[in-house]
This record gives sequence, structure tokens and C-alpha cells, in this order.
Amino acid sequence: MLGRLTIEAIPLYSWVAMGGAAVTVCGGLAVFLLITYLRAWKVLWTDWLTSVDHKKIGIMYVVLALVMLVRGFVDALMMRAQQAIALNSEGYLPPEHFEQIFSSHGTIMIFFVAMPFLTGLINIIVPQQIGARDVAFPFLNSVSLWLTAAGAGLVLVSLVVGKFSTAGWTGYPPYSGVEFSPGVGVDYWLWALIVSGVGSTASGINFIVTIVKNRCPGMTYMRMPLFTWTALCISVLIAFAFPALTVVAAQLTLDRTLGFHFFTNGDGGNMMLFANLIWIWGHPEVYILILPAFGIFSEVVATFSRKRLFGYKSLVYATACIAILSFTVWLHHFFTMGSSANVNAVFGIATMIIAVPTGVKIFDWMFTMYRGRIEFHPSMVYTIGFMVTFVIGGVTGVLLALPPADYLMHNSTFLVAHFHNMLIPGALFGYFAGLNYWFPKAFGFKLDAKWGIRSFWFWFIGFYLAFMPLYVLGFMGMSRRMEHYADPNWQPYLIVAALGALCILCGIICIGVQLYVSAKNWGSARDVTGDPWNGRTLDWATSSPPAPYNFAVLPEVRDVDAFHDMKIHGTAYRPPAHYEDIVMPRKSGLGPVIGAMAFVLGFAFVWYIWWLVALSLVLILICIGIRACDDDTDFVMPAAEVARIEAAHLAQITPVDMHDMRDFEPRGAASGTPLAGRA
Amino acid sequence: MTIPRSILKNSNHFWMAGLLGVCLLLQGCGVSDAPILSPKGPVALAERNLLFTAFAVMMIVAIPAIVLTLYFVWRYRRDGGKGAYTPDWDSSWKIESVVWLVPAAIIVVLGTLVWQSTHRLDPYKELVSDKPVFRVQAVALDWKWLFLYPELGVASVNELAFPADRPLSIEITSDTVMNSLMIPALGGQIYAMAGMRSELNLLADEPGVFMGRNTMYSGDGFADQHFKAHALSGDGFSSWKDKVAEETAKLDAETYLQLHKQSTANPVTYYSAYETDLFNLILRKYSPIVGPYESKAAELICRGAA
Repeated sequence: MLGRLTIEAIPLYSWVAMGGAAVTVCGGLAVFLLITYLRAWKVLWTDWLTSVDHKKIGIMYVVLALVMLVRGFVDALMMRAQQAIALNSEGYLPPEHFEQIFSSHGTIMIFFVAMPFLTGLINIIVPQQIGARDVAFPFLNSVSLWLTAAGAGLVLVSLVVGKFSTAGWTGYPPYSGVEFSPGVGVDYWLWALIVSGVGSTASGINFIVTIVKNRCPGMTYMRMPLFTWTALCISVLIAFAFPALTVVAAQLTLDRTLGFHFFTNGDGGNMMLFANLIWIWGHPEVYILILPAFGIFSEVVATFSRKRLFGYKSLVYATACIAILSFTVWLHHFFTMGSSANVNAVFGIATMIIAVPTGVKIFDWMFTMYRGRIEFHPSMVYTIGFMVTFVIGGVTGVLLALPPADYLMHNSTFLVAHFHNMLIPGALFGYFAGLNYWFPKAFGFKLDAKWGIRSFWFWFIGFYLAFMPLYVLGFMGMSRRMEHYADPNWQPYLIVAALGALCILCGIICIGVQLYVSAKNWGSARDVTGDPWNGRTLDWATSSPPAPYNFAVLPEVRDVDAFHDMKIHGTAYRPPAHYEDIVMPRKSGLGPVIGAMAFVLGFAFVWYIWWLVALSLVLILICIGIRACDDDTDFVMPAAEVARIEAAHLAQITPVDMHDMRDFEPRGAASGTPLAGRA
Repeated sequence: MTIPRSILKNSNHFWMAGLLGVCLLLQGCGVSDAPILSPKGPVALAERNLLFTAFAVMMIVAIPAIVLTLYFVWRYRRDGGKGAYTPDWDSSWKIESVVWLVPAAIIVVLGTLVWQSTHRLDPYKELVSDKPVFRVQAVALDWKWLFLYPELGVASVNELAFPADRPLSIEITSDTVMNSLMIPALGGQIYAMAGMRSELNLLADEPGVFMGRNTMYSGDGFADQHFKAHALSGDGFSSWKDKVAEETAKLDAETYLQLHKQSTANPVTYYSAYETDLFNLILRKYSPIVGPYESKAAELICRGAA
């Protein structure tokens, strides 16, 4: 009846595991009680969970990312603590537990922190930047969110019922095969990947269509803000790369569940196929995580330098180059697999070529600051911290791209330091910059800057303390994923790294305090105009938070810095001659239901509860059927209602709230010169 | 080591003194004998030098990038900055050319370096020497390394010994999950995969004992899966040979099956003989060929205890 699910799945065997389970269960209970206490279930369901509004979906993605960031970070803290004390001793974690922790840390940080964070920011901002009222497929967007949440749920549940994978976040077979990892751990990992991977693929397709089809009049490709450009590039990457992940995960599932031999040691299986397939997804994935952050940096650096973005075209082409090249380098993840010198050299060189467009970006941001008026807003400070630190990661990346050097550094903590050096300053700092930058757009009030700066310094210093020692340890011959070690020379470095992790903990606490303080004082930090930073792109043309339809009248774009252009010419904040009815997507409960069913499907598959697998699959198909037969998915917001909302917004704005634009020259028709090359 | 007083006179020297201080500090923390930084063989040395060269070349871009960023941030800050302000300046062919072409030129240099060094340092390439190559076969097991010495007819577990003056050529396979064999002081690593044969060629400068290990996470006993590699002088090697030859234990198929079972922190073990063609039998275990086994031993190894 319950497959292989028995009472032994409850982790009563170790106090650490039990503690983790207890925290997860208590956390869930606390949230449940809080919502009940606030009598918020109805509001939550009708206004949020069933919403198909891209802004609300985006906010829910970011909330998911922040919750999972805490979970993933606890894993990091536990690993650092273990390695700091485990000199010639078992430390406090047995190997089996340590292995689950590094596996879940990587899986969570990539799939359930970085992915939802960037998807959330793209959701909130991209439709506004291109002057659209919503994404192309609002309901699909909701399904994507709930599939991602279902995947995250599977990882969380593995802490309470059963165990998580011990095979690392890339789950290389044959170790992850059923012969060497017979339990449910790898299955949890696989189903979390498959379920959330389907969601990500759908998101990618959704945003390709949104950006290609839903741009407002005048928004040509070469007038799209950089963040939208990066969103377009990564959506294409998602659409091409994620199928590889889905296929490889499905193959491993077939190996494990039905006794196939794609990747087994014997019987014609070949583990090298897995390595190739997972990295054909995995390397583009790195750029999927980093490019949106590059987009955010581009927006932030121009806004807070009070200057046009330097080298817009260069940045666009550099982004596109990186996106294309990202598919040509996957083999550099396994130079040590014994490929011929020709193969290794070709992939080494291809990898290095990516450094060129990436370097160009750094210099373009630098020259955006050149002759600017730099304001040290938290998002700008994160950007500066990124630029300085990312260069180091780029250098170590090129070192690893030299195959003979990689033979030395592969599988070492040097590698661990390198990719954290790319992902923490490169991706996460970007998302934090985006959080500080766009928070007022999403919620209508600004985040507290003081706590934002504090969180930056803790993250920045913590990053250096945590990862510079790992670079050194790589030179000293320390492999990654060691539960204990015998070399006393390593310990001082590991202790410093643990202190770094503690410092980052302070950074996370600061972000929490920042959110709390800002929410408490929200009245004094309100953003009445919708444009708190004197922004340049269309996302600042809407009110904060935006009306459900974003734009009452679709804007006409004449420049890259579309809203900046409107402010200079005095066309911003002007009510139009008349409003029209707006067709809006209707909310739907099917999204969360499909997500919940996908969670049940994954859970049932993990535990071999076949009747439940069939039942949840049928229910999902029924949901899709219901949606497909539903012709009444839109509603009309009458022009009078639009006029009322718009009038209320415009009435709040006084001339005092508006930004002084006297520093800027009018461009285009108003200045007497046409917009050269931008028409 | 004493620091001349004059060194501290101007700030430039002060920097050098500081650098020296950091070096001493790092030495105190064991960096000076980090195997990657102070290699003990020509392969590792060439790989390390490549690392240093590439690092130096990249500094041409990296240092200006970091310094200019910080300088611009300082000079063009809104409150108190002294720089000019040109809010609408957004492109310059000169700057764009430099930022595209200089990194591109560096990548051309590094790319050439990659092409040459990858071929020169191909781990499969046997090292040129006036002495004959010493061949060893390595088998990754859970969680230990088995070394077979075809030339001597002996085997050892968790200890590798070879004559220091001869190039070492290791054939590698795995009889478990994916592993990776590495002796950091002598050179890079190569994966060990079941059913597949990979190869690693190394050479030691002089006799010595080096740390070696599996760098590829392989399960519970992974942390303890290390061994000592002894590069021995002529006398040392012959006495090691004699010591192993006197061992009564022999690694026949039955013993191998026992050894194949999972074990953590296996003690160093010697076998004075091993099953004929053992390495190839282990490879054959995973090949899809089905057919009569050539020997009882082959059947035992390929089909396990049954």
C-alpha cells in the first residue's frame, strides 16, 4: 500500500537528522499557525496562491528563494563547522550525513535559490521593462511557479521522511546508480530536478514568447533594457539546455527504477554519457544563473552613476556571445576523464574565449561609472563589490580552463572556491542588488539602506574569509567533499573559512533585519511616484506597486532609456486623453493544484507507491483538461475603473516628488537632433 | 632571515617587507610545502609553471580592472568626488576597441599556450628518459587503491612504490564507482572508471614519499582513501621488493573477492603474487561480452562470489 515507505523513514537514528526534521516540521507548523492566527488563509488563497499576475508570482518566487537560501545556508554552516573540527576525528557528523548535506546544499542553492530568485525578478520586472501588461502565458507562469515549489517541497520533505541523496549535486553515476545508492535519496534528488525542471523549461518558453511578442510600440530589440536582454538570452538557454537535464534525469530514473543500463558500470552502460549530458545542461545553467545578474548590474550601475549605460550595443553582443559560447564548453568539467589532447585543448580554448565578452562587460560597467555621479545605494555597493571580486573568480576560472592546470586543481577545494567566487558575487550579489533596487517597485516602499549596506559588508568580508582559504587549500592538495582529514596544516584555513561562514550568517541576519525594519517603517519610505531612484527604464514608469495592468495606456518608446527620455521631455506622469477597457487574465486555482499533484507524484515515485503515482498523474491530466476546455479565462477591467486607479495614483504625485532632470540633455526630436542609430 | 634596516625606509620597500611577512606567515601555515606549489617532479613542475604563467599574463587585464574600478568609484562618487560629469556620454570606439581587443589578444596568447601545453603535458604520453619506464596498474576499490606491479609480479594495497629514477606509467581502472587517481606533488589526476582503462605518466625528481589519493568523492570511506607513494632509490627499491616478495599472502581470485568488499582506512598490505592477468580480468568484468570464461579465476572475478 505504501510501497517502501515504513516507519523507519522517520530519522530517529541520529540527533542531528532528528533536529533537522524537527526544525523543518516546526517551521511548517509555525507558518501554518501564523497564517491561521492572522486569518489570512482566504486572502492568501484568493490574492496570492491562485494569482496569475506576473508581479505576485514573481514575489512568491523570491520568497521561495529566500526561504530556501536559509535552508541551503544552514547546510553550508554545518559543513564548515564539520571541516573546522574534523582533523583526525569524525567531527560531529557521520560521513553519511555529511554527504547528504553537501548534496542538498548544492541542489538547493542552484535549483531552489538561484533559479527561483532570478525567475522571480524577471517575472516582476521584464513585462514592465518592455511595456507589457503581463507575460504571454499567465496561467503557465503560475504552473511553473508551483512546479518549482513542488520540487523545493520534495527536498524539504526528504529531511523528515527518508534521506536525501549522498551523490553530490551533480549525482554522477555509477555512484548514484541503484547498485551503490539503493535508498530513496537519489530518487528525491531526481524527482526534485525533474519536477522543477519542467517548471523552469515552461518559464523559459514563456519569457521567450513574452519578450518577442509583447513589447510595446517602439521597443525594438536594440532598445530593450539590458536586464530584458539577459532575460531573453537565458530563456533561450533554458529552452535548449533544460531538456538535456530532463532527459538525463529520466534516464537515471529508468536505470534506478526499471533496471535500465544507461549509466551502469557493466552491461553496456556508460557513465561518461551522463557526465556529458548533465554538463551540456550544467554549463549553460551557470550562465542562466549569472546573466540576469549581469543585467541587474547594468541597470543599477547606470541608474546610480546618473549616466547612460556605456557601450549598450557592446553589452548586448557580449551577452549574446556568452549565451552561444556557453553551449561549447561543457567538457571542461571533466578534462581529467582521459580525452585526447586535441579534445581537451579545443574545449580549453573555447572556455577561455568566454572570458573576452565577460571582460568587456566589466569594462563597460566601469566606463559607465567614469564621469558619473556615483551614489552608494546598497544595490550599487553590491555591484561594486561584485566587480572587484568577480575579476578574481574570472582569473581562477581561466586557470582551470588550462587542461594541464586543471589536472592539478580538479576536484580540489580550489575548484569549490572558484565556482563560489562566480556564484556568490556574480549571481547572488546581483540578485541582492535587484532586491534592493526593485523592492519599492514590488511593494511601494523602499528598503532600509543602512541595513542593506551592513548586509553587504558581512557578505563581502564573509565571502573572502570563507573562500580565499579554500583556494589555498586547493594548492595544499585538499579534495572537495572530505568529511575528515589528517593534515594538521589544513585546519587553520578551515577554521578561517568557518569564521567566514559565520560572517555570512550575519549578512543573512542583516537582510532579515532590513526586511523587518523596512516593513515596520514603511510609511516613511513610501515611493509615491513609482520612480524612487530616478530610473531610466520603463519599469519605473508604472506606479509602485504597479496596477494589475501595469500600464493603463501602452507607452511609446523612443530610446534605450525610455522612461528617462519621457521625463526629460515632460511626457511622464501625464494622464492620457482617454482610457480603454483592459482585458486581464482571470486567477486560477489549477496552478497550485497541479503543483501539489506534481509533489505527490514525485513523492509517490520516490517511495514506489504506484497507485498514488497513477492517481496523481490522472489528476494532473484532468486539471490540464479542465484548463484546456475553459474558454472563460479572461475578464475585462472597465475603462472607468482604470481611470479611477490612475487618477488616484497621479493625484499623489506632487512636483516635489519628481526628479531634477536639468543635468541631462534632451535627446531626439526635442533637442533638434534625431536619435542617431537608435530609431 | 633578517630584514635590512634600509628596506623599511621608503614605502615601496615597506610593501616588500609586508609581502615577505605574509610569505613567512603562510610558511608557518604550511603553504611552503603545499604539493602543488612546490612540486617534486617535472610533470607537476611544468603544470605549476603553466599555472603561474597564465596567472601572470591575466594580471595585465585583472589588475587594471580592479584598480580602475576602485579609482572610478572614488573619483566619481556623488558626495565629494572630484571628477567631471558627462551624463549623456555613452560610447567611444577607442575604449570599445581596447576592451575587446586587449582581452582577445591575451586569449590568443593563452589559447596558444593551452594548445601547446595540453599536447606536451598529455597524461597519456610516456615520459622521455634514458631509463626504461616502470609500469604499474592501479585499481580503485571501495575505499582503497590496489597497485599491481607486472614487472615484479607483486601487488600492494594503499602503498605505491617505484624506482625514483625511472618514469612511472600507471594504467588505471576501477572496480567500483568513478575514482580519480592523484599524487599532487608529482602531477595531475586522471579518472578511474569501471570497464575502462586510463593512463597517467609521472616522474619524480628524487627519492621521497608523497601523498596520493582519490580526489573523486566515492562514498563513506572517501576521506580515508589515500596512500603514500614511495619513490625509492636503487637500494631502497630492491629492499622494498624483497620485503614484498617474502610476504606469504597471495592475491588470487578468492583473496581479490575478499579485498573487493568495502573497507575504510585499509592498512597497507602486500601480496607476493597476484592472479594472472588480474587487471584485464577486472576490465573484462564490465565488458558486455558474454561467453565461456577462460579460467576459473576469470569466472570468479567477473561473476563475484557466485
